[in-house]
Amino acid sequence: MKKVLGIAALLCVVAAMTAWRSYDPVTGEYVFLSAYNLENLLQRIGLFGVLGFAAAFVIVTGGIDLSIGSVVCVAGCVLPWLLKDVGLGGAPSLAITLALCAAIGLWHGVLVAWLGLQPFVVTLCGLLLYRGWMRGFSDDQTMGFGDAAEGLRWLATGKLPLSDSFGLPVPLLALAVVAVATWALWTRTVWGRHLFALGRNEEAARFAGVPTRRLTALAYVACSLLAGFGGCLFVLDVNSAQASSFGSFYELYAIAGAVLGGVALRGGEGIALGVVLGAALMQVLPNTIRLLFDSDRLELAVVGGVILAGAIVDQSLARWLGRVRRR
Amino acid sequence: MTTGAAAVPPLLQARGVCKDYPGVRALSQVDFTVRAGEVVALVGENGAGKSTLMKALAGVVQPHAGQILLAGAPVRLAGPADALSAGIALIHQELSLCDNLTVAGALFLGAELRRGPFLRLGAMRAQAAKWLDRVGLQVDADTPVSALAPGQKQLLEIARALRAQARVLIMDEPTSSLTMAETARLYAVVRELRGQGVGVVYISHRLGEVKELADRVVGLRDGRNSGELSRDAITHEALVGLMVGRKLATARRAAHAPGDVVLRVAGLRTRAFPGAAVGLQVRQREIVGIAGLLGSGRTELLRALVGVDERLGGAIEVAGAPLRAGGPAAAASAGLVLLPEDRKAQGLVLGMTVRENVSLPTLRRRGVLVDRVYERDLATRAIAQLAVAASGPEQPVGTLSGGNQQKVVFGKWLAAAPKVLLLDEPTRGVDVGARAEIYARLHALAADGLAVVFVSSDLEEVLALADRVLVMRGGAVQAELVGDRLTERDVMLAATSMEAG
Repeated sequence: MKKVLGIAALLCVVAAMTAWRSYDPVTGEYVFLSAYNLENLLQRIGLFGVLGFAAAFVIVTGGIDLSIGSVVCVAGCVLPWLLKDVGLGGAPSLAITLALCAAIGLWHGVLVAWLGLQPFVVTLCGLLLYRGWMRGFSDDQTMGFGDAAEGLRWLATGKLPLSDSFGLPVPLLALAVVAVATWALWTRTVWGRHLFALGRNEEAARFAGVPTRRLTALAYVACSLLAGFGGCLFVLDVNSAQASSFGSFYELYAIAGAVLGGVALRGGEGIALGVVLGAALMQVLPNTIRLLFDSDRLELAVVGGVILAGAIVDQSLARWLGRVRRR
Repeated sequence: MTTGAAAVPPLLQARGVCKDYPGVRALSQVDFTVRAGEVVALVGENGAGKSTLMKALAGVVQPHAGQILLAGAPVRLAGPADALSAGIALIHQELSLCDNLTVAGALFLGAELRRGPFLRLGAMRAQAAKWLDRVGLQVDADTPVSALAPGQKQLLEIARALRAQARVLIMDEPTSSLTMAETARLYAVVRELRGQGVGVVYISHRLGEVKELADRVVGLRDGRNSGELSRDAITHEALVGLMVGRKLATARRAAHAPGDVVLRVAGLRTRAFPGAAVGLQVRQREIVGIAGLLGSGRTELLRALVGVDERLGGAIEVAGAPLRAGGPAAAASAGLVLLPEDRKAQGLVLGMTVRENVSLPTLRRRGVLVDRVYERDLATRAIAQLAVAASGPEQPVGTLSGGNQQKVVFGKWLAAAPKVLLLDEPTRGVDVGARAEIYARLHALAADGLAVVFVSSDLEEVLALADRVLVMRGGAVQAELVGDRLTERDVMLAATSMEAG
């Protein structure tokens, strides 16, 4: 919980600073706070937040999933293909795409939990495999819906108007649903309790009668399913997916957001709200950079620097507190 | 006895159990019985098959031949969860709790009270108190497990076994990381459970403990039954006989004259106890024991001496030369080395071979490359000198038994030619045979002119091994005991007098 407070404070500071510095004397407007910028930002937080939860599910078990970006790519290529080329309706296309992604997760889960392969290896190979597969599948052509799927695209581009000029982006609502469901799952269900127990001490959980293999596999299913859902939203948003680049590096944004939000890489630790805040910070920072420097060249450097600084402060603070307490 | 057994079948019984591991027969035709309301101690050296038998009884491994009978009926235990639901609970030597849960969460792990998929958090919290009471654990149900002391965790594990309605409790070295007070509490709980008809299997290397608790002792040697002792027949000699099948020499040290002071410490303060300054002197050929409760600053003192932990102030002199703060490497080159408490975490790199481990602190280079000849010589010599049961210098250390691993740690530091040897719990998890070897080794080293300082929670060991005992409390040396004053009672008094007052 302390970590969540820390990240919330950091988020507030960064957002406030950006808002203050984004004042445009010509128009007399704070660009950061403009309806256009906020809607955009909140939509991206929604999209990447879903991926953050994908990453969080496996990190909680003490594992990792590097294939999230490639699963996003799978969803981004398969959904338009089903809708436009195969000519299925929106709902069946979405269902089949998600089922395919869930199957990918199950495959990871079986390899990790039953065959005992390293999650890093399994999902690193997945990263290469699925993207390569999609490039072959799409023949490196851009996949898109054209004019089809207008209804479905509302999921990614729609807004619930709050005022004349400002509407809440639908992906943010999707994130809220995922976040609340995850919170309930993690803290209020037997499944979540067992997931956290096995994440910290797998052997102890197994000795207590927890079906650790099945649960680990399920966590990978949840991860790829959420990654696939995120992928669907992404492609519905931009209406074009190029297999060679679509979703590339997204796993790192997802993992960074989750870890930033207090999901510990050693497993068995994490709070749903933290994942949301971590994802938000991961989107506000690039926004800050674009607004302040009028260029995104420094984006990766600043994001990396801020996360590292956060980790250093977190660790030093923990040490300092430990010392104070012992006195 | 036989008629009673016929009338009421024993709670849990193993009959002719065999278990093979690749290249080793771990259990061969082993019989074992626990009855209701009985504490059976299982004794044997490391590698005798105790762990395997215990795992077979708890469903962790499946025997190749033979039967496990539960209340007279044969059962197949496919896994630990199976055993638990059959009423057999295993309490591990290495405490196996998920420390990210709360006390209530850990207590109900695997058998949560639920409403559909949802946890009944309030109900579990409320019921937890009942089980915690039964083992005398006075903590709030919402306390994180990570905040409990080792003894409290042990009691929590027992509470969990009771919550699972266990009728058979298998405890593997339950006191190995407990303080004296916690141990006493554990004994009381075990006796109470016996009174309530629970069958207890108790594995321990501490013979005093076996004498104290057991109604019956079963011995294992090389994977076979080596005999049984009934309550009145349990003596130290008989126990050792069951384990090793030979008499162990428990010779006292030959008389010796202490030499010059090699370790002089004045005003040393540690991070853990910044208010307490420690001063001490140790002479050549002396063996000094440090006793005290867990958390009394014993380990911290040793760690600060060799510079693993920062020292806050004070002076250390080794053989007359002041030791500046510079970490373990500086201490080692001055002749001060520490054999740490946790062999696996701090003493050895388990994945590396005997050769690589032995040469680690003294590794010589030839240009930029490791001097392989020196390294191999060193390891071969250590194996021969310490009689390590290894196939050769290339055997991975992780595949050796506990006693042999400890010998490798010895070899590693003796290669550094120390003047003062510090040891933290040198015989934890080491069986009686290897323990005698370690004692003999320490005697020999001391006779050769080394100064030995060791920390131990095993009072018997402290009294048997040390010429002089320092008792610590609250980070400071509270008493120095020699000669007639060196008794169990005096050590206990000095270690706990604050609590008594």
